[in-house]
Amino acid sequence: MSMDNLYTELVMMHNKSGHNKHLLEHASHIERGHNPNCGDDLTLQVKLEEGVITDAAFLGSGCAISQAAMSIMIDLVKGKTVSEAKNLAELYLGMIRGESRSEEELEALADAALFENLSKMPARVKCGTLGWHCLTVVLDK
Amino acid sequence: MGVGREAHELNMVREEFPIFKQHPALIYLDHAATSQKPDTVIERMKLYLEESNGSPHRGAHLLSVESTRQYDYGRGRVAEFIGAKSPNEVIFTKNATEALNLVAQSYGKVNLNEGDEIVLAITAHHSNIVPWQIVAKEKRAVLKYLYIDETGQFLSGELDKITAKTKIVAFPWISNGLGCIHSPEPIIQRAHEVGAVVVLDAAQAVGHVPVDVVTLDVDFLVFSGHKMYGPTGIGVLFGKQYLLEKMPPFLTGGDMIEYVEEQETTYAPIPERFEAGTQHVEGVVGLVAAIDFIQGARLDNIRLKEERLAKYAYKRLSELNYVTVYGPKADEPRGALVTFNVEGIHPHDMATLLDRKGIAIRAGHHCTQPLMKYLGIHASCRASFSIYNHVEEIDALIEGINYAREVFGYVNG
Repeated sequence: MSMDNLYTELVMMHNKSGHNKHLLEHASHIERGHNPNCGDDLTLQVKLEEGVITDAAFLGSGCAISQAAMSIMIDLVKGKTVSEAKNLAELYLGMIRGESRSEEELEALADAALFENLSKMPARVKCGTLGWHCLTVVLDK
Repeated sequence: MGVGREAHELNMVREEFPIFKQHPALIYLDHAATSQKPDTVIERMKLYLEESNGSPHRGAHLLSVESTRQYDYGRGRVAEFIGAKSPNEVIFTKNATEALNLVAQSYGKVNLNEGDEIVLAITAHHSNIVPWQIVAKEKRAVLKYLYIDETGQFLSGELDKITAKTKIVAFPWISNGLGCIHSPEPIIQRAHEVGAVVVLDAAQAVGHVPVDVVTLDVDFLVFSGHKMYGPTGIGVLFGKQYLLEKMPPFLTGGDMIEYVEEQETTYAPIPERFEAGTQHVEGVVGLVAAIDFIQGARLDNIRLKEERLAKYAYKRLSELNYVTVYGPKADEPRGALVTFNVEGIHPHDMATLLDRKGIAIRAGHHCTQPLMKYLGIHASCRASFSIYNHVEEIDALIEGINYAREVFGYVNG
Protein backbone atom coordinates (compact mmCIF):
# COMPACT_ATOMS: atom_id res chain seq x y z
CA MET A 1 0.00 0.00 0.00
CA SER A 2 1.52 3.31 -0.98
CA MET A 3 0.84 6.62 0.59
CA ASP A 4 -1.65 7.43 -2.14
CA ASN A 5 -3.97 4.78 -0.88
CA LEU A 6 -3.21 5.41 2.76
CA TYR A 7 -5.34 8.51 2.43
CA THR A 8 -8.24 6.38 1.20
CA GLU A 9 -11.88 7.27 1.05
CA LEU A 10 -12.37 5.24 4.18
CA VAL A 11 -9.77 7.25 6.10
CA MET A 12 -11.23 10.45 4.73
CA MET A 13 -14.73 9.32 5.62
CA HIS A 14 -13.77 8.63 9.22
CA ASN A 15 -11.78 11.85 9.38
CA LYS A 16 -14.63 13.96 8.06
CA SER A 17 -17.76 12.28 9.37
CA GLY A 18 -16.57 12.29 12.96
CA HIS A 19 -19.22 9.69 13.80
CA ASN A 20 -17.13 8.45 16.72
CA LYS A 21 -15.94 11.89 17.74
CA HIS A 22 -18.16 13.12 20.52
CA LEU A 23 -18.51 13.24 24.25
CA LEU A 24 -19.46 9.88 25.72
CA GLU A 25 -21.82 10.25 28.68
CA HIS A 26 -21.14 7.86 31.53
CA ALA A 27 -17.79 6.65 30.22
CA SER A 28 -16.18 4.28 32.69
CA HIS A 29 -12.65 4.89 31.37
CA ILE A 30 -11.03 7.98 29.88
CA GLU A 31 -7.51 7.92 28.47
CA ARG A 32 -5.74 10.88 26.88
CA GLY A 33 -3.04 10.19 24.30
CA HIS A 34 -0.58 12.77 23.05
CA ASN A 35 2.12 12.79 20.37
CA PRO A 36 4.32 15.65 21.51
CA ASN A 37 6.22 15.78 18.24
CA CYS A 38 3.29 16.48 15.97
CA GLY A 39 0.60 17.69 18.30
CA ASP A 40 -1.95 14.87 18.01
CA ASP A 41 -3.97 15.06 21.21
CA LEU A 42 -6.85 12.58 21.37
CA THR A 43 -8.87 11.31 24.30
CA LEU A 44 -10.49 7.89 24.19
CA GLN A 45 -13.64 7.35 26.24
CA VAL A 46 -14.78 3.81 26.87
CA LYS A 47 -17.83 2.36 28.56
CA LEU A 48 -16.93 -1.04 30.00
CA GLU A 49 -19.78 -3.11 31.39
CA GLU A 50 -19.19 -6.58 32.79
CA GLY A 51 -16.07 -7.08 30.73
CA VAL A 52 -17.60 -5.85 27.47
CA ILE A 53 -16.93 -2.60 25.62
CA THR A 54 -20.50 -1.45 25.24
CA ASP A 55 -19.64 1.97 23.86
CA ALA A 56 -16.66 4.14 22.95
CA ALA A 57 -15.94 7.54 21.42
CA PHE A 58 -13.09 10.04 21.21
CA LEU A 59 -12.43 13.76 21.49
CA GLY A 60 -9.51 16.01 20.64
CA SER A 61 -7.50 17.15 17.67
CA GLY A 62 -5.05 15.37 15.43
CA CYS A 63 -4.08 14.50 11.90
CA ALA A 64 -6.31 12.48 9.55
CA ILE A 65 -4.36 9.28 10.20
CA SER A 66 -4.57 9.50 13.98
CA GLN A 67 -8.28 10.35 13.96
CA ALA A 68 -9.25 7.76 11.34
CA ALA A 69 -7.21 5.03 13.06
CA MET A 70 -8.93 5.89 16.34
CA SER A 71 -12.37 5.94 14.75
CA ILE A 72 -11.86 2.68 12.86
CA MET A 73 -10.60 1.08 16.08
CA ILE A 74 -13.71 2.21 17.94
CA ASP A 75 -15.96 0.68 15.27
CA LEU A 76 -13.98 -2.54 15.56
CA VAL A 77 -13.87 -2.99 19.34
CA LYS A 78 -17.40 -1.91 20.19
CA GLY A 79 -19.26 -4.95 21.50
CA LYS A 80 -16.02 -6.93 22.02
CA THR A 81 -14.95 -8.37 25.36
CA VAL A 82 -11.82 -7.06 27.08
CA SER A 83 -9.83 -10.13 26.08
CA GLU A 84 -11.02 -9.97 22.45
CA ALA A 85 -10.09 -6.29 22.29
CA LYS A 86 -6.70 -7.01 23.87
CA ASN A 87 -6.02 -9.61 21.19
CA LEU A 88 -6.97 -7.15 18.46
CA ALA A 89 -4.72 -4.46 19.93
CA GLU A 90 -1.83 -6.90 20.08
CA LEU A 91 -2.51 -7.94 16.51
CA TYR A 92 -2.72 -4.35 15.28
CA LEU A 93 0.37 -3.10 17.10
CA GLY A 94 2.31 -6.15 15.90
CA MET A 95 1.20 -5.44 12.34
CA ILE A 96 2.46 -1.86 12.62
CA ARG A 97 5.78 -3.13 14.03
CA GLY A 98 6.09 -5.07 10.80
CA GLU A 99 5.57 -8.54 12.25
CA SER A 100 4.11 -10.81 9.60
CA ARG A 101 0.44 -11.63 10.00
CA SER A 102 -1.66 -14.25 8.27
CA GLU A 103 -4.51 -13.27 5.98
CA GLU A 104 -6.87 -14.65 8.59
CA GLU A 105 -5.43 -12.49 11.33
CA LEU A 106 -5.57 -9.39 9.16
CA GLU A 107 -9.18 -10.19 8.39
CA ALA A 108 -9.95 -10.01 12.09
CA LEU A 109 -8.71 -6.41 12.03
CA ALA A 110 -11.22 -5.58 9.28
CA ASP A 111 -10.83 -1.94 8.19
CA ALA A 112 -7.96 -1.44 10.64
CA ALA A 113 -5.81 -3.69 8.42
CA LEU A 114 -5.77 -0.73 6.05
CA PHE A 115 -2.96 0.72 8.14
CA GLU A 116 -0.61 -2.22 7.54
CA ASN A 117 1.89 -0.22 5.56
CA LEU A 118 2.34 2.32 8.30
CA SER A 119 5.07 -0.14 9.31
CA LYS A 120 7.02 1.29 6.37
CA MET A 121 6.32 4.90 7.29
CA PRO A 122 8.18 5.49 10.55
CA ALA A 123 7.21 9.17 10.57
CA ARG A 124 3.54 8.26 10.87
CA VAL A 125 3.58 5.15 13.10
CA LYS A 126 2.76 7.19 16.19
CA CYS A 127 -0.28 8.69 14.47
CA GLY A 128 -1.71 5.32 13.56
CA THR A 129 -1.14 3.78 16.99
CA LEU A 130 -2.20 6.61 19.31
CA GLY A 131 -5.78 5.35 19.74
CA TRP A 132 -4.68 1.76 20.17
CA HIS A 133 -2.18 2.74 22.86
CA CYS A 134 -4.98 4.56 24.71
CA LEU A 135 -7.13 1.45 24.42
CA THR A 136 -4.34 -0.79 25.72
CA VAL A 137 -3.98 1.39 28.81
CA VAL A 138 -7.74 1.22 29.41
CA LEU A 139 -7.85 -2.55 28.97
CA ASP A 140 -4.93 -3.09 31.33
CA LYS A 141 -6.66 -1.17 34.13
CA MET B 1 19.78 40.06 -14.14
CA GLY B 2 18.21 37.97 -16.91
CA VAL B 3 16.21 34.87 -16.13
CA GLY B 4 18.65 32.72 -18.09
CA ARG B 5 21.62 33.85 -16.07
CA GLU B 6 19.72 33.40 -12.85
CA ALA B 7 18.73 29.84 -13.76
CA HIS B 8 22.34 29.13 -14.66
CA GLU B 9 23.57 30.47 -11.34
CA LEU B 10 20.98 28.43 -9.51
CA ASN B 11 22.11 25.24 -11.22
CA MET B 12 25.67 26.10 -10.25
CA VAL B 13 24.57 26.42 -6.62
CA ARG B 14 22.58 23.18 -6.64
CA GLU B 15 25.56 21.39 -8.15
CA GLU B 16 27.61 22.32 -5.11
CA PHE B 17 25.26 20.24 -2.93
CA PRO B 18 25.76 16.48 -3.44
CA ILE B 19 22.38 15.68 -1.85
CA PHE B 20 20.73 16.93 -5.05
CA LYS B 21 22.73 14.46 -7.12
CA GLN B 22 21.25 11.66 -5.05
CA HIS B 23 17.78 13.25 -5.08
CA PRO B 24 17.63 15.29 -8.31
CA ALA B 25 13.96 16.20 -7.97
CA LEU B 26 14.12 17.04 -4.27
CA ILE B 27 12.55 20.32 -3.26
CA TYR B 28 14.13 20.92 0.09
CA LEU B 29 12.24 23.53 2.10
CA ASP B 30 13.54 22.55 5.52
CA HIS B 31 16.75 24.53 5.84
CA ALA B 32 15.61 25.96 9.18
CA ALA B 33 15.66 22.44 10.65
CA THR B 34 18.98 21.53 9.09
CA SER B 35 20.73 22.80 5.99
CA GLN B 36 22.07 20.66 3.20
CA LYS B 37 25.86 20.58 2.96
CA PRO B 38 28.00 21.87 0.12
CA ASP B 39 30.63 19.46 -1.24
CA THR B 40 33.43 21.60 0.21
CA VAL B 41 32.15 20.94 3.73
CA ILE B 42 31.94 17.21 3.11
CA GLU B 43 35.29 17.03 1.30
CA ARG B 44 37.24 19.01 3.88
CA MET B 45 35.92 16.90 6.74
CA LYS B 46 36.85 13.79 4.78
CA LEU B 47 40.28 15.20 4.01
CA TYR B 48 40.86 16.04 7.67
CA LEU B 49 39.97 12.50 8.71
CA GLU B 50 42.13 10.99 5.96
CA GLU B 51 45.17 13.19 6.41
CA SER B 52 45.22 15.04 9.69
CA ASN B 53 43.21 13.15 12.30
CA GLY B 54 44.73 13.19 15.76
CA SER B 55 43.73 14.08 19.28
CA PRO B 56 43.93 17.84 19.76
CA HIS B 57 45.73 19.40 22.73
CA ARG B 58 47.41 16.09 23.64
CA GLY B 59 50.80 14.68 22.90
CA ALA B 60 53.55 15.99 20.71
CA HIS B 61 53.25 13.83 17.65
CA LEU B 62 52.64 15.18 14.19
CA LEU B 63 48.93 14.45 13.94
CA SER B 64 48.10 15.74 17.39
CA VAL B 65 49.87 18.96 16.54
CA GLU B 66 48.06 19.20 13.20
CA SER B 67 44.61 18.54 14.66
CA THR B 68 45.29 21.16 17.34
CA ARG B 69 46.33 23.63 14.68
CA GLN B 70 43.14 23.09 12.67
CA TYR B 71 40.97 23.25 15.78
CA ASP B 72 42.53 26.51 16.95
CA TYR B 73 42.41 27.93 13.43
CA GLY B 74 38.67 27.20 13.42
CA ARG B 75 38.19 29.13 16.64
CA GLY B 76 39.94 32.12 15.12
CA ARG B 77 37.83 31.92 11.97
CA VAL B 78 34.57 31.77 13.94
CA ALA B 79 35.67 34.73 16.07
CA GLU B 80 36.43 36.73 12.94
CA PHE B 81 33.13 35.63 11.30
CA ILE B 82 30.99 36.98 14.14
CA GLY B 83 33.22 39.95 14.94
CA ALA B 84 34.41 38.76 18.36
CA LYS B 85 37.32 40.67 19.85
CA SER B 86 39.22 37.51 20.71
CA PRO B 87 39.12 33.78 19.87
CA ASN B 88 38.90 33.24 23.65
CA GLU B 89 35.31 34.43 23.42
CA VAL B 90 34.39 31.45 21.20
CA ILE B 91 33.45 28.21 22.94
CA PHE B 92 32.76 25.16 20.81
CA THR B 93 29.73 23.14 21.88
CA LYS B 94 27.67 20.34 20.38
CA ASN B 95 25.02 22.79 19.13
CA ALA B 96 23.09 25.90 20.12
CA THR B 97 21.13 23.82 22.64
CA GLU B 98 24.26 22.81 24.54
CA ALA B 99 25.49 26.40 24.43
CA LEU B 100 22.24 27.61 26.02
CA ASN B 101 22.43 24.90 28.67
CA LEU B 102 25.99 25.97 29.38
CA VAL B 103 25.00 29.59 29.98
CA ALA B 104 22.00 28.61 32.11
CA GLN B 105 23.91 26.11 34.23
CA SER B 106 27.10 28.13 34.56
CA TYR B 107 26.23 31.83 34.40
CA GLY B 108 22.69 31.29 35.65
CA LYS B 109 23.60 29.24 38.69
CA VAL B 110 26.21 31.71 39.88
CA ASN B 111 24.33 34.92 39.18
CA LEU B 112 20.70 34.13 39.97
CA ASN B 113 19.19 34.52 43.42
CA GLU B 114 15.74 34.07 44.86
CA GLY B 115 13.27 36.52 43.33
CA ASP B 116 15.52 37.45 40.41
CA GLU B 117 13.81 37.48 37.05
CA ILE B 118 14.64 35.85 33.74
CA VAL B 119 12.83 37.43 30.82
CA LEU B 120 12.21 35.24 27.77
CA ALA B 121 10.49 35.94 24.47
CA ILE B 122 7.38 33.83 23.91
CA THR B 123 8.91 33.05 20.52
CA ALA B 124 11.82 31.21 22.15
CA HIS B 125 12.71 27.70 21.07
CA HIS B 126 12.41 24.98 23.74
CA SER B 127 16.21 25.01 23.99
CA ASN B 128 15.99 28.61 25.19
CA ILE B 129 13.15 27.90 27.63
CA VAL B 130 13.73 24.55 29.35
CA PRO B 131 17.28 25.29 30.61
CA TRP B 132 15.96 28.52 32.17
CA GLN B 133 13.02 26.72 33.77
CA ILE B 134 15.42 24.29 35.41
CA VAL B 135 17.80 26.91 36.77
CA ALA B 136 14.88 29.15 37.79
CA LYS B 137 13.36 26.33 39.85
CA GLU B 138 16.69 25.61 41.47
CA LYS B 139 17.45 29.23 42.32
CA ARG B 140 13.82 30.23 42.99
CA ALA B 141 14.05 32.79 40.22
CA VAL B 142 11.00 33.91 38.24
CA LEU B 143 10.42 33.41 34.51
CA LYS B 144 8.63 36.18 32.64
CA TYR B 145 7.64 36.27 29.00
CA LEU B 146 7.58 39.02 26.41
CA TYR B 147 4.43 38.60 24.33
CA ILE B 148 3.91 39.46 20.69
CA ASP B 149 1.21 40.66 18.33
CA GLU B 150 0.10 38.51 15.39
CA THR B 151 2.94 39.78 13.21
CA GLY B 152 5.51 38.65 15.77
CA GLN B 153 6.48 42.07 17.11
CA PHE B 154 6.55 42.62 20.86
CA LEU B 155 3.39 44.25 22.21
CA SER B 156 3.91 47.85 23.11
CA GLY B 157 5.29 48.25 26.59
CA GLU B 158 6.47 44.63 26.82
CA LEU B 159 10.07 45.70 27.23
CA ASP B 160 9.01 47.38 30.49
CA LYS B 161 9.02 43.85 31.92
CA ILE B 162 12.81 44.15 31.87
CA THR B 163 13.40 45.79 35.25
CA ALA B 164 15.99 46.06 37.99
CA LYS B 165 14.92 42.56 39.06
CA THR B 166 15.88 41.15 35.65
CA LYS B 167 19.19 39.33 35.55
CA ILE B 168 18.94 37.56 32.20
CA VAL B 169 17.07 38.31 28.98
CA ALA B 170 16.94 35.55 26.35
CA PHE B 171 15.30 35.60 22.93
CA PRO B 172 15.68 34.42 19.35
CA TRP B 173 16.97 36.90 16.80
CA ILE B 174 14.82 35.25 14.14
CA SER B 175 11.94 33.07 15.35
CA ASN B 176 12.03 29.54 13.94
CA GLY B 177 8.30 29.24 14.56
CA LEU B 178 7.05 32.46 12.96
CA GLY B 179 9.91 33.90 10.94
CA CYS B 180 9.58 37.24 12.69
CA ILE B 181 12.74 39.20 13.40
CA HIS B 182 13.35 40.60 16.87
CA SER B 183 15.65 43.53 16.35
CA PRO B 184 18.25 42.79 19.05
CA GLU B 185 19.61 46.29 19.69
CA PRO B 186 16.68 47.88 21.60
CA ILE B 187 16.32 44.80 23.82
CA ILE B 188 20.03 44.63 24.52
CA GLN B 189 20.11 48.32 25.32
CA ARG B 190 17.16 47.99 27.68
CA ALA B 191 18.70 44.96 29.39
CA HIS B 192 22.00 46.74 29.89
CA GLU B 193 20.25 49.77 31.35
CA VAL B 194 18.95 47.59 34.17
CA GLY B 195 22.17 45.59 34.53
CA ALA B 196 20.94 42.35 32.93
CA VAL B 197 22.82 40.21 30.42
CA VAL B 198 21.38 39.15 27.08
CA VAL B 199 21.48 35.64 25.65
CA LEU B 200 20.75 35.83 21.94
CA ASP B 201 19.70 32.69 20.07
CA ALA B 202 21.11 33.29 16.60
CA ALA B 203 20.49 29.79 15.25
CA GLN B 204 18.19 31.12 12.51
CA ALA B 205 20.27 34.26 11.95
CA VAL B 206 23.87 33.14 11.39
CA GLY B 207 24.39 32.43 7.70
CA HIS B 208 21.33 34.54 6.87
CA VAL B 209 22.16 38.02 8.21
CA PRO B 210 25.47 39.70 9.10
CA VAL B 211 26.43 39.12 12.74
CA ASP B 212 28.76 41.44 14.61
CA VAL B 213 28.82 40.79 18.33
CA VAL B 214 30.67 44.03 19.10
CA THR B 215 28.17 46.24 17.27
CA LEU B 216 25.32 44.33 18.89
CA ASP B 217 27.04 44.61 22.27
CA VAL B 218 25.48 41.23 23.04
CA ASP B 219 26.68 39.31 26.10
CA PHE B 220 26.08 35.75 24.88
CA LEU B 221 25.18 34.53 21.42
CA VAL B 222 24.66 30.94 20.31
CA PHE B 223 24.27 29.09 17.03
CA SER B 224 24.50 25.64 15.47
CA GLY B 225 26.79 24.64 12.62
CA HIS B 226 24.27 22.39 10.92
CA LYS B 227 21.79 25.19 10.24
CA MET B 228 24.45 27.17 8.35
CA TYR B 229 25.67 24.56 5.82
CA GLY B 230 27.99 22.89 8.34
CA PRO B 231 27.83 19.49 10.02
CA THR B 232 25.74 18.46 13.00
CA GLY B 233 27.53 18.06 16.30
CA ILE B 234 29.25 21.43 16.31
CA GLY B 235 27.86 24.64 17.74
CA VAL B 236 29.14 27.89 19.14
CA LEU B 237 28.77 29.89 22.30
CA PHE B 238 30.05 33.42 22.05
CA GLY B 239 30.45 35.14 25.40
CA LYS B 240 32.08 38.39 26.40
CA GLN B 241 35.49 37.55 27.79
CA TYR B 242 35.00 39.17 31.22
CA LEU B 243 31.78 37.21 31.68
CA LEU B 244 33.21 33.85 30.59
CA GLU B 245 36.27 34.35 32.80
CA LYS B 246 34.08 34.53 35.92
CA MET B 247 31.97 31.51 35.01
CA PRO B 248 32.44 28.05 36.53
CA PRO B 249 32.76 24.99 34.28
CA PHE B 250 29.69 23.29 32.83
CA LEU B 251 30.84 19.84 31.65
CA THR B 252 33.97 18.61 33.37
CA GLY B 253 36.70 16.10 32.64
CA GLY B 254 39.75 16.02 30.43
CA ASP B 255 41.18 19.06 28.68
CA MET B 256 39.36 21.61 30.84
CA ILE B 257 41.66 21.31 33.83
CA GLU B 258 44.87 22.84 35.07
CA TYR B 259 45.82 20.55 37.97
CA VAL B 260 43.82 17.62 39.24
CA GLU B 261 44.58 16.45 42.77
CA GLU B 262 42.84 13.58 44.52
CA GLN B 263 40.34 15.92 46.15
CA GLU B 264 40.55 19.22 44.29
CA THR B 265 40.93 20.53 40.76
CA THR B 266 41.88 23.86 39.30
CA TYR B 267 40.46 24.69 35.92
CA ALA B 268 41.97 25.76 32.65
CA PRO B 269 41.42 29.32 31.49
CA ILE B 270 38.76 30.08 28.88
CA PRO B 271 37.96 28.84 26.31
CA GLU B 272 39.30 25.38 27.29
CA ARG B 273 37.52 25.53 30.65
CA PHE B 274 34.26 24.96 28.80
CA GLU B 275 35.46 22.31 26.40
CA ALA B 276 35.75 19.09 28.38
CA GLY B 277 36.75 15.91 26.61
CA THR B 278 38.25 15.27 23.20
CA GLN B 279 36.80 17.89 20.90
CA HIS B 280 35.00 17.54 17.58
CA VAL B 281 37.83 18.65 15.30
CA GLU B 282 36.26 17.44 12.04
CA GLY B 283 33.14 19.33 13.08
CA VAL B 284 35.18 22.51 13.44
CA VAL B 285 36.85 21.82 10.09
CA GLY B 286 33.39 21.46 8.53
CA LEU B 287 32.20 24.63 10.25
CA VAL B 288 35.14 26.57 8.79
CA ALA B 289 34.31 25.20 5.34
CA ALA B 290 30.71 26.35 5.88
CA ILE B 291 31.93 29.84 6.80
CA ASP B 292 34.06 29.81 3.63
CA PHE B 293 30.99 28.79 1.64
CA ILE B 294 28.89 31.61 3.11
CA GLN B 295 31.63 34.17 2.54
CA GLY B 296 32.18 32.87 -0.99
CA ALA B 297 28.48 33.12 -1.81
CA ARG B 298 28.40 36.53 -0.11
CA LEU B 299 26.03 36.98 2.77
CA ASP B 300 24.28 39.94 1.14
CA ASN B 301 23.47 37.73 -1.90
CA ILE B 302 22.13 34.99 0.35
CA ARG B 303 20.06 37.50 2.29
CA LEU B 304 18.66 39.08 -0.87
CA LYS B 305 17.70 35.73 -2.35
CA GLU B 306 16.11 34.44 0.86
CA GLU B 307 14.15 37.66 1.29
CA ARG B 308 12.80 37.32 -2.22
CA LEU B 309 11.85 33.68 -1.68
CA ALA B 310 10.15 34.36 1.65
CA LYS B 311 8.24 37.32 0.21
CA TYR B 312 7.15 35.30 -2.81
CA ALA B 313 6.07 32.37 -0.62
CA TYR B 314 4.12 34.74 1.62
CA LYS B 315 2.44 36.29 -1.43
CA ARG B 316 1.50 32.98 -3.08
CA LEU B 317 0.26 31.41 0.15
CA SER B 318 -1.71 34.42 1.34
CA GLU B 319 -3.52 34.59 -2.01
CA LEU B 320 -5.22 31.28 -1.15
CA ASN B 321 -8.31 31.79 0.97
CA TYR B 322 -7.91 28.33 2.53
CA VAL B 323 -4.42 29.11 3.82
CA THR B 324 -3.54 31.04 6.97
CA VAL B 325 -0.04 32.49 7.02
CA TYR B 326 1.44 33.39 10.40
CA GLY B 327 3.88 36.08 11.43
CA PRO B 328 5.05 39.18 9.58
CA LYS B 329 2.87 40.67 6.85
CA ALA B 330 3.95 41.18 3.24
CA ASP B 331 5.89 44.40 3.74
CA GLU B 332 7.43 43.50 7.10
CA PRO B 333 10.89 42.01 7.60
CA ARG B 334 10.84 38.22 7.67
CA GLY B 335 13.46 35.54 8.14
CA ALA B 336 13.94 32.86 5.49
CA LEU B 337 10.82 30.92 6.40
CA VAL B 338 7.04 30.96 6.22
CA THR B 339 4.69 29.12 8.57
CA PHE B 340 1.12 28.42 7.61
CA ASN B 341 -1.89 26.17 7.97
CA VAL B 342 -4.24 24.83 5.33
CA GLU B 343 -7.88 24.67 6.33
CA GLY B 344 -9.07 21.16 7.13
CA ILE B 345 -5.67 19.50 6.70
CA HIS B 346 -3.48 18.76 9.70
CA PRO B 347 0.16 19.85 9.13
CA HIS B 348 1.37 16.29 9.59
CA ASP B 349 -0.90 15.06 6.79
CA MET B 350 0.23 17.98 4.66
CA ALA B 351 3.90 17.13 5.20
CA THR B 352 3.29 13.48 4.32
CA LEU B 353 1.41 14.36 1.14
CA LEU B 354 3.97 16.98 0.09
CA ASP B 355 6.70 14.40 0.67
CA ARG B 356 4.87 12.26 -1.89
CA LYS B 357 5.56 15.08 -4.34
CA GLY B 358 9.22 15.30 -3.34
CA ILE B 359 8.74 18.42 -1.24
CA ALA B 360 10.30 18.46 2.23
CA ILE B 361 8.73 20.79 4.76
CA ARG B 362 8.54 20.75 8.54
CA ALA B 363 5.26 20.10 10.30
CA GLY B 364 4.47 20.30 13.98
CA HIS B 365 5.19 22.71 16.79
CA HIS B 366 8.76 23.50 15.72
CA CYS B 367 9.96 23.09 19.32
CA THR B 368 7.97 26.18 20.28
CA GLN B 369 5.02 24.79 22.23
CA PRO B 370 4.52 27.91 24.41
CA LEU B 371 4.42 30.04 21.25
CA MET B 372 1.92 27.69 19.60
CA LYS B 373 -0.26 27.72 22.68
CA TYR B 374 -0.07 31.52 22.80
CA LEU B 375 -1.11 31.68 19.13
CA GLY B 376 -3.89 29.18 19.80
CA ILE B 377 -2.76 26.61 17.24
CA HIS B 378 -1.76 22.97 17.70
CA ALA B 379 0.76 22.80 14.93
CA SER B 380 1.73 24.43 11.66
CA CYS B 381 3.51 23.79 8.39
CA ARG B 382 6.84 25.52 7.83
CA ALA B 383 8.67 26.07 4.56
CA SER B 384 12.16 27.48 4.98
CA PHE B 385 14.59 28.68 2.35
CA SER B 386 18.24 29.09 1.59
CA ILE B 387 20.63 29.69 -1.26
CA TYR B 388 19.78 26.44 -3.06
CA ASN B 389 16.05 27.20 -3.37
CA HIS B 390 14.26 29.04 -6.17
CA VAL B 391 10.84 30.53 -6.83
CA GLU B 392 9.64 27.62 -9.00
CA GLU B 393 9.95 25.42 -5.92
CA ILE B 394 7.44 27.66 -4.17
CA ASP B 395 5.10 27.27 -7.15
CA ALA B 396 5.53 23.50 -6.71
CA LEU B 397 4.70 23.89 -3.01
CA ILE B 398 1.44 25.62 -3.95
CA GLU B 399 0.63 22.82 -6.41
CA GLY B 400 1.46 20.30 -3.71
CA ILE B 401 -0.91 21.99 -1.29
CA ASN B 402 -3.66 21.82 -3.89
CA TYR B 403 -2.87 18.15 -4.49
CA ALA B 404 -3.25 17.51 -0.74
CA ARG B 405 -6.58 19.32 -0.83
CA GLU B 406 -7.76 17.05 -3.63
CA VAL B 407 -6.76 14.00 -1.59
CA PHE B 408 -8.80 15.45 1.25
CA GLY B 409 -11.80 15.86 -1.03
CA TYR B 410 -11.65 19.61 -1.56
CA VAL B 411 -12.28 21.15 -4.96
CA ASN B 412 -9.66 23.69 -5.98
CA GLY B 413 -11.09 26.78 -7.62
